[in-house]
Amino acid sequence: MSSQPATPKPSIRSVSCPNCGGTVELRGLGRSLSVVCIQCLSVLDASTPSLEILQRFQVRERIRPRIPLGVRGKMRGDLYEVIGFQVRTMTVEGIDYSWSEYVLFNPYKGFRYLSEYNGHWNDIVVVHSQPQQSLEAGRPVVTLLGEKFRHFQHYRARTTYVMGEFPWKVQVGEEVLCDDYVHPPRILTWEQQEGEANWSLGEYTPKTVIEQNFQLKEKLPEPIGVFANQPAPDQGMLGMAWRQFATWALVLVCVQILFVFFHANKKVFSRTYYFNPNVGGEHSFVTDIFELKGRTSNVKLDLRTDLNNNWAYFQIALINADNGQAFAFGRQVSYYHGRDSDGAWTEGSPQDSVVLSSIPAGKYYLRIEPEMEPQAERLPGARTTVARVQGVNYQITVTRDVPTWGFFWMGVLLLLIPPVYRTLRAGSFEMKRWAESDYSSS
Amino acid sequence: MAKPVGQCPNCGAPVEFHFSSAVQTTCPYCQSILVRHDVNLEKVGVVADLPPEVSPIQLLTEGVYRGLSFQVVGRIIYEYELGSWNEWHCVTHQGTSLWLSDAMAQYAITQEAKPRPLNLPAAEEMRPGQRFLVNGVNYEVTHVTKARYRGVQGELPFEYWDKNECIFVDLRTPDARFATIDYSEQPPLVFLGEMVDFDSLRLKHLREFEGW
Repeated sequence: MSSQPATPKPSIRSVSCPNCGGTVELRGLGRSLSVVCIQCLSVLDASTPSLEILQRFQVRERIRPRIPLGVRGKMRGDLYEVIGFQVRTMTVEGIDYSWSEYVLFNPYKGFRYLSEYNGHWNDIVVVHSQPQQSLEAGRPVVTLLGEKFRHFQHYRARTTYVMGEFPWKVQVGEEVLCDDYVHPPRILTWEQQEGEANWSLGEYTPKTVIEQNFQLKEKLPEPIGVFANQPAPDQGMLGMAWRQFATWALVLVCVQILFVFFHANKKVFSRTYYFNPNVGGEHSFVTDIFELKGRTSNVKLDLRTDLNNNWAYFQIALINADNGQAFAFGRQVSYYHGRDSDGAWTEGSPQDSVVLSSIPAGKYYLRIEPEMEPQAERLPGARTTVARVQGVNYQITVTRDVPTWGFFWMGVLLLLIPPVYRTLRAGSFEMKRWAESDYSSS
Repeated sequence: MAKPVGQCPNCGAPVEFHFSSAVQTTCPYCQSILVRHDVNLEKVGVVADLPPEVSPIQLLTEGVYRGLSFQVVGRIIYEYELGSWNEWHCVTHQGTSLWLSDAMAQYAITQEAKPRPLNLPAAEEMRPGQRFLVNGVNYEVTHVTKARYRGVQGELPFEYWDKNECIFVDLRTPDARFATIDYSEQPPLVFLGEMVDFDSLRLKHLREFEGW
């Protein structure tokens, strides 16, 4: 035996059903206004000692509540007993949607309710403050003690099945007009009936909490779809993901600034040449020797040409003057532009640049071999096409130890993955939520 | 300080007062309703059988509201179309009156507004959703209830017996304030206060419910 006192047995008052003579159990300790006979399902007036019949009720099918009547469970630290159960139904475009509502009772704390739809549970209490209704961007919103709820849907709820006891005179077939307003994980519901309006506040409750609180032997079904006030699975994580991104991006920027600061970024060679493909002979040549200093680092080579609707190819090698080690590469530079039916167009660029990484210090020179095709051009007024050679002026600049941005942008992209992923997921969750509302885009 | 004691003019039992300003009480033995004139008590009626107890509160229940400790000394039971509710009369340690109402286990603490607010809409004009100012605060009508006095118990700050059916109007604000207008008198009685959480009152000497 545990040291805790055993849960006391519920006190039940039993009376006879005036319709069928069966035993009717009363658990509401005088607070209930109606009770349903478990045998014949007649609705009886619990406020009169004779249990006057409010409604003789015939149903085709009995519905078994997922939490049986009489079961006790803790909600927010207080023990409650399930004393009533009803099914309510709304009809949208000819289709019936039904959900369950449970009446919970504690003789000191009063009434509390649970609702269940497609495996989604809400813990519901009446509201003490009067919510304020207003419009925001054309949509109704209500504010309750500083918390803003957005209108979700308007519907007519019809009671279609009742069991147990209720703190109001329940009737099968009774209808109320409802408006749901959501601010996940909470939902505010406005119920109107015969001029009286009541507000209730629900909080989304995972099914495992219900299973635990009421120590249910049978597991509750898994929820289907997204419910109106269901919190997004990683609510809070989204903001955190973006905050983490901002923090790491800032670190990356600082590292990059230091990186730029510690690079020599020194111009070591720059010269302009002219190349004419029509001139025969060997086109390759070598430049003067220049010195690359410091640690092993990169070298940037800029090519600046005056190409105009033309192309040139440069076979280049950076050659160590001491040991002959060569870093060879080729660059094609082409620049075309013109005008057609779509307007002006350009293709390519008259400039090019390349970064060679890990070049040891030492004395170097460049070996350059330009190539171009001789171009034919029709001269104004000329009768025949004359082969006319267009040469190219080009400038070669060598810079030692330039800062690079590749790793920086790669880092930013990698850091963006988690927050972007979470944002997309949250977006699709909200789409599913609002698809069930009066404001779905379909 | 000795509590004032009187004698029931009906059965002769001693009648003790917990609340020095009590105007009316009931004899705990014979259920006579007694009205106090100086030291003498006059029998004005008899309490009919009370409806079955539903409230966890009872005479001599103690609690604390906003730092004021109080004790329950009396009550008025009202009956309406859908049942009944209790207005428990409490006396604070400062000797003032508070009302603790228990309607369907929803609890509110109110105090009578004195002087009585004037220029309130007439009972017949009251509709849920209507708004107006009471002592400078904007209230919204939430419930209009036709109710009947059903019984009394213990000490009350005024004479309350043999009243006819009258209109009660419940009012609320966005910040959990609560008010009731009682149209049994003219000008109407106004009670101002707030909805309260059961646990916040730290109630002692509550009625016990078998099995709970």
